[in-house]
Amino acid sequence: MQLDILKTYKLYIGGSFPRTESGRFYKLENNKKEVIANICLSSRKDFRNAVVAARKAFESWSGRAAFNRGQILYRIAEMLEGRKMQFVEELIMQGASKANAEKEVRQAIDRCVYYSGWCDKYQQLFGSVNPVASSHFNFSVPEPTGVVSVIADENFSLLGLVSVIMPIIAGGNTCIILASETKPLCSITFAEVLATSDLTAGVVNILTGKSKELHTHFASHMDVNAVVYCRENGEEAKAIAELSSLNVKRSFFWQKIWTKAENENPYLIMDLQEIKTTWHPIENIGVSGAKY
Amino acid sequence: MATSKNIKAVQKKSAPFVSSVKSAFQNYAPAPESSDHIQLKPQYNLFINGKFVKPLSKIYYDTINPATGKKIASVAKGNEKDIDAAVKAASKAFESWSKTDPKERAKYIYRIARMIQERAREFAVVETMNGGKSIRESRDIDVPLAANHFFYYAGWADKLEYAFPNRTPKPIGVAGQIIPWNFPLLMAAWKIAPALATGNTVVLKPAESTPLTALKLAEIIQESGLPDGVVNIVTGFGDCGAALVNHPKVNKIAFTGSTPVGKLIQKSIAGTSKKATLELGGKAANIIFDDAPIDQAVEGIVNGIFFNQGHVCCAGSRLFIQENVAEKVIKKLKDRMKTLIVGDPMDKNTDIGAINSQAQLNKINHYIKLGQKEGAEIFQPECSIPSHGFFCKPTLFIGTSQSHRIVQEEIFGPVLTIQTFRTIEEVIEKANNIPYGLSAGVWTDKGSKIFNLTTKLKVGVVWANTYNKFDPTSPFGGYKESGFGREGGVHGLLPYVNF
Repeated sequence: MQLDILKTYKLYIGGSFPRTESGRFYKLENNKKEVIANICLSSRKDFRNAVVAARKAFESWSGRAAFNRGQILYRIAEMLEGRKMQFVEELIMQGASKANAEKEVRQAIDRCVYYSGWCDKYQQLFGSVNPVASSHFNFSVPEPTGVVSVIADENFSLLGLVSVIMPIIAGGNTCIILASETKPLCSITFAEVLATSDLTAGVVNILTGKSKELHTHFASHMDVNAVVYCRENGEEAKAIAELSSLNVKRSFFWQKIWTKAENENPYLIMDLQEIKTTWHPIENIGVSGAKY
Repeated sequence: MATSKNIKAVQKKSAPFVSSVKSAFQNYAPAPESSDHIQLKPQYNLFINGKFVKPLSKIYYDTINPATGKKIASVAKGNEKDIDAAVKAASKAFESWSKTDPKERAKYIYRIARMIQERAREFAVVETMNGGKSIRESRDIDVPLAANHFFYYAGWADKLEYAFPNRTPKPIGVAGQIIPWNFPLLMAAWKIAPALATGNTVVLKPAESTPLTALKLAEIIQESGLPDGVVNIVTGFGDCGAALVNHPKVNKIAFTGSTPVGKLIQKSIAGTSKKATLELGGKAANIIFDDAPIDQAVEGIVNGIFFNQGHVCCAGSRLFIQENVAEKVIKKLKDRMKTLIVGDPMDKNTDIGAINSQAQLNKINHYIKLGQKEGAEIFQPECSIPSHGFFCKPTLFIGTSQSHRIVQEEIFGPVLTIQTFRTIEEVIEKANNIPYGLSAGVWTDKGSKIFNLTTKLKVGVVWANTYNKFDPTSPFGGYKESGFGREGGVHGLLPYVNF
């Protein structure tokens, strides 16, 4: 009999798969109380490293053509499709029924395709040319907010991750995301999908560990522009909202049932966009003459 | 001590430049706007539930004319209990106002717009008397824009479903709105108009130093027949604003003011379901490239920093000039500054009016001293300023650097810091290297350069070959620590609706 090769689950920071710098781990058990993996217990330092990677990737990712971002998101769907069985197995290991596991993976793939399509369309729906009364050409466009920290849903190991990463990166942001504590397996396998999808290194950084330890750092880091919290813990949510005020961070509370179709929409993309307005004089328009 | 000697030496060296030529522009005959027809009451009450009521504390405070330092009227000092009464009135009014036929809602707002236009002159004079801004600006900018904001948003009231693809917008409830002293009437319009159009009701707190035009607006609102309690205006100080922010029946906060207060508001509504829009401070880069139309750029620099005495959150207070044209631009800028008339805000010749308050003047003077201490070269034109009231000469600091506090901190006065740059990458880096992100100016003849810059600058508004332009259809608001949410345009509706 050939011995199984057990997978080491590590973190995903800046396109690499490092172990946590803290050297800490926690044991992940299945519902029969058998240990199925040792999971990295990320530290504040891991998070800070991930922010550096995300900031570094921001210019390149936000500067790409929207069409190109759409192609890369579609590529993620392709890679996910190819590894479908691996995700189903992991979901089952974490306690899901086969039917639910298959459904979750199918939905996750569809969600990538859905947001791939939005990459070059939301700008036209949510931007505007503004008919100002003076002799100026004036237009407004959505632009990515910047670096986003995310504490992902606890219940949906894969879908909860994909449903928040996609609208964030479709809009040109980069992110650091803390995976489900009790169901972390899919997150690192999803990182392997990202790593083979031509996604710029550092656009998505995935940590495993405890929200209890990390949520205050996710909200207080001064080089993070927005924070998204997807869990139900009211105390953590309040602390995040409070600490966000340190640098006027945008904070969003996406406590959603991710299997519902209504929870995929461009308004999630728009939560992490800033509207930028540009004015320029028109030499002569109508009766008002040039205005510099 | 060597250090203190050095500081003294620097101060001596950088003593204000004194122009030897007395400009002919200083000798214009006075052209004061008459205030004879303006009717101001000796005492103003709170506007709650459609009536003017005495403050529960029975306390009134004096509001003054910053150009003379003299009292204009006494104004009710609202407190927590007055706020409570106002919020309750707004909350009750919400029940019917939110269900009012949107076409009818629109007509009330149109009516308010028209009544402001009818009384435009009165509003302009009172705005100038109470706030210190030049009559030209209040007449040509503040008041018409305020009326236009009501007119623009009135039209949205019955068209909201077109603004949000695939969504049905619903009003939020009671909007608590806190506004600053730099554009008292205009900010009231920016706040109230979209709130009413979307079916919300309002409790507005004007800034303590400039309550009069908001109270005049309350008169119009009363005359317009707007149902009682839909708009309530409570004058008072910081405690009044805090009570509004923390009131449990307030569903939405809209705040324009300083970044520190904005952060405090963000923190105090944490853990509640209150939505917020924050329009906070700024320290805008105004960038002049060597291929810019220099004469127009100089006008843009002047307008960027000296408009409204520099009491503008989006003021172009950090000037970046490309090195090879710096000397030329600075010379032209100094020449232009010598023609600026500082003085009586009611005089139609005046370019720079009064500083809004003694406290603000102290703050500006503190920064002017600090700039000299930090070693920057100061320039102020020789011009006379009135001996009473609060006035400040237009001021340049040359040879500043990113680490200077006068470059990093919002002064909110007529003080411009100048840096030079060589490459586009350098100026982008410097322009963005600040916690603020409200606005920026770019001056160049090259279109591709403008679009490169407008994409790279992390700010909410970019003025290319122009500066300090505003319009009700144009969204305004910041990135980073300049706040979040937009006011104006279709984007200005979003903060006032739920889906």
